[in-house]
Amino acid sequence: MEEKKKWSEFLLNYALYFILGIMIIFVIIADPSFLSINNMWKILAQASTRGILALGVAGMIVLAGTDLSAGRILGCGAAISASLLQSVTYASRMYKGITEPLPLWVPLILSIVVCVVFCLVNGFGVAKLHMHAFIISLGTQLIAYGVLCLYIDSQEGGAQPLASLDPHYIERVNGWTLGMPNLVWFFAICAFAMWIIWNKTTLGKNMFAIGGNTEAAAVSGVNVAKNIMLVYLVAGILYGIAAFLEAGRIQSVTTATGLNYDLDAISGCVIGGVSFNGGIGTIPGVIIGVIILQVINYSLYYLGVNAYLQYVIKGLIIILAVAIDVRKYIAKK
Amino acid sequence: MFAQWGLPHCAFFDKRKRGENAVNENQEKTTAEVVTLEKIQPASEFVLEMTDIEKQFPGVKALDHAKLRLRPGTVHALMGENGAGKSTLMKCLFGIYKQDGGEIRIDGQPVHFTGPKNAMENGVAMVHQELNQVLQRSVMENIWLGRFPKQGGLVSHKVMFEETKKVFDDLDIPVNPKTIIGKLSVSQRQMVEIAKAVSYNAKILVLDEPTSSLTQEEVEHLFVIINKLRAKGVAMVYISHKMEEILRISDEVTIMRDGQWIATEHASDLTTDKIIKLMVGRDLTERFPPKTNVPGDVVMEVKNLTGKYMPSCIDVSFNLHKGEILGVAGLVGSRRTELLETIFGIAHHEKGEILKDGRPIQNKTPKDAIANGFAMLTEERRATGIFGGMSILFNSVIANIKNYRKGILLSNATMKTDTQWVIESMRVKTPSQKTHIRSLSGGNQQKVIIGRWLLTKPEILLLDEPTRGIDVGAKYEIYQLIINLANEGKSVIVVSSEMPELLGICDRIMVMSNGHLAGTLDIKDANQEEIMRLAAMYV
Repeated sequence: MEEKKKWSEFLLNYALYFILGIMIIFVIIADPSFLSINNMWKILAQASTRGILALGVAGMIVLAGTDLSAGRILGCGAAISASLLQSVTYASRMYKGITEPLPLWVPLILSIVVCVVFCLVNGFGVAKLHMHAFIISLGTQLIAYGVLCLYIDSQEGGAQPLASLDPHYIERVNGWTLGMPNLVWFFAICAFAMWIIWNKTTLGKNMFAIGGNTEAAAVSGVNVAKNIMLVYLVAGILYGIAAFLEAGRIQSVTTATGLNYDLDAISGCVIGGVSFNGGIGTIPGVIIGVIILQVINYSLYYLGVNAYLQYVIKGLIIILAVAIDVRKYIAKK
Repeated sequence: MFAQWGLPHCAFFDKRKRGENAVNENQEKTTAEVVTLEKIQPASEFVLEMTDIEKQFPGVKALDHAKLRLRPGTVHALMGENGAGKSTLMKCLFGIYKQDGGEIRIDGQPVHFTGPKNAMENGVAMVHQELNQVLQRSVMENIWLGRFPKQGGLVSHKVMFEETKKVFDDLDIPVNPKTIIGKLSVSQRQMVEIAKAVSYNAKILVLDEPTSSLTQEEVEHLFVIINKLRAKGVAMVYISHKMEEILRISDEVTIMRDGQWIATEHASDLTTDKIIKLMVGRDLTERFPPKTNVPGDVVMEVKNLTGKYMPSCIDVSFNLHKGEILGVAGLVGSRRTELLETIFGIAHHEKGEILKDGRPIQNKTPKDAIANGFAMLTEERRATGIFGGMSILFNSVIANIKNYRKGILLSNATMKTDTQWVIESMRVKTPSQKTHIRSLSGGNQQKVIIGRWLLTKPEILLLDEPTRGIDVGAKYEIYQLIINLANEGKSVIVVSSEMPELLGICDRIMVMSNGHLAGTLDIKDANQEEIMRLAAMYV
């Protein structure tokens, strides 16, 4: 009886991983080349920008909040980057005044600035106005989308995709260094930096304390509002970097860029064990969560699953992940 | 008396004289931002002097010329009934409340702390009864939160670990600093809080009901730690209701009543009776209304009840009579609440059965239980009792709501009539039925909730800590209500941590110990010692 209970508990708690394992086995049977090193790099490179986004969102979830605006904010950053880095020979480029290719750091910085501004608005709402992160980011999501559309629509020829990007930029983003795609390098560097912040700095420790028990943190002298703002600031920087890279990766920015990226990032965090109750999560967890999500995407595509059905399956997987997560924290009576 | 607690002196203690060590350390470490205390040598023999402290809340004088004087290297018990002003006085010390009058001096210097953190930085710390910790994080992170040791800009886990280990070794606390704090027992978590205070070089430490959730063994360990701190010259304020403990551990005792200072005496000059008399200010017999109920036949039988998810009750069997008040005593963690929850269907049971009037019944959910004639007043009034932002009317009728249906709508008239009945028969002091229940006093909130349950016409009432956080006068009214209910033939089970209360109103007292029923005492044979003996049976 006891044994049985334990087994069913075990199965339930790891159900997600079993399903994923089975899925991957199917893919491998369907096409053994799925396992090739090249394919692995490809999956990782595709996961990179969303991974960087997820690293930012994870902090907010640890604070017992969330961010629904991350995708649209990324869209804004990507539009800025792409518009400034259109090929100077492209006739209908947005900024005709740019006749020499800009150094890459200029659009990167601008992208970061734009994303940081949006994030600080969210942070201010949470830290100072004591709004729930869900609500404030629901608002900024719409604002960011509006701004993105206005920006893209302000081109001379009207709303057209920001494409024909500078080949040097595309090469930088999509190239390889030391046998690893650059995108993966960027993801790795960001992840390492975030690991340091989460585990080795006062900000990281305070973030977990605030997410776990705000009052205990405040009584111990932690400046709660300031630390929340700092977490949002760091997220803004990550969004800016992700936006810059995403524009170079997809090579064409439209008003749809960034749509649902936030949901992917949140899903990745949750699958990776960042708890919506706050105070719990790890960077390796986030990385694994993001990669798992990408593998799911890829597998579904590989298996030739109907594109609409893919949404259904992804939705089910997220529900399952959260249901399992929640189970760990309910006290049974 | 205290010689037996003498400790093997280690070099650390020997270097310093009692009472001076904290001063020296603070000179080195206190950041001079807010209040610097140690510039001048102590001007008095007291490390803390609180004189003529006054605090007025709307409608209540919470503190009226309260005072407290604390000598270094002593344990000073602060006693008084709930509502006597002990915690208000402490909140004034820590700057959580600003006193309306009076003066607080530390080492002769007037101080005004801006909050717990500021107080802590100045060597004044408090270990709360309800521990405020970040449960998901490690022990050492909780201790250093707000002031992490750093090396090269990064938090140094090594320094943090070593510093924590040092304090733990010093106090003989057998806890790994890297453990996640949520995995520790309450007593271990409490020791971590004490260690945190020590790590701030606290010279004044307030312990609020430190033993309320500890076993006898854990209490002994706590006392060893307290004695170590006393030997180091730390002055401690010890808030507790437990007489024997206080007489054993404290040097001096200050007694408060109704916000006023009543007496400060050497513990050696006091007895339990003397303390109670000073605390209550009148004879104990007047604290309870006369018992007039007469228990009748058995109305409920509980047989071998065992909860499904531990911790819960284990193999508990008992009978409840018509018109009886049955008390349930036990230490915190003895699973009295779990027993009530299992009977009421909030918690699942693994085995056992409940018979009412001789017939087995199934209380699988609270809804079943209500249909079977049960009602339950929960322990945490604010969390699971009241709907704070809703009216008295809503709070009165909610458990009985389906009986107000007229067609598909609810009948306002009957709801109003019933609410009026609650207000009148429970003597709820409220301006109107529309008042938000949150704005009433604890006692009046409790009366509304009892009224709510009476509207469901229960035969068996389960009351979990019915007088918690209620002032003395209102307690008497609640006792009277309970006795009246029994007079009307209703059966009442009362869980309480206040033994005098159980001894004052019950017909029998069941004692729980670690989930088991340790014994049932007839009121004629019941006394505090016997209850404590049974309560420790399975610990």
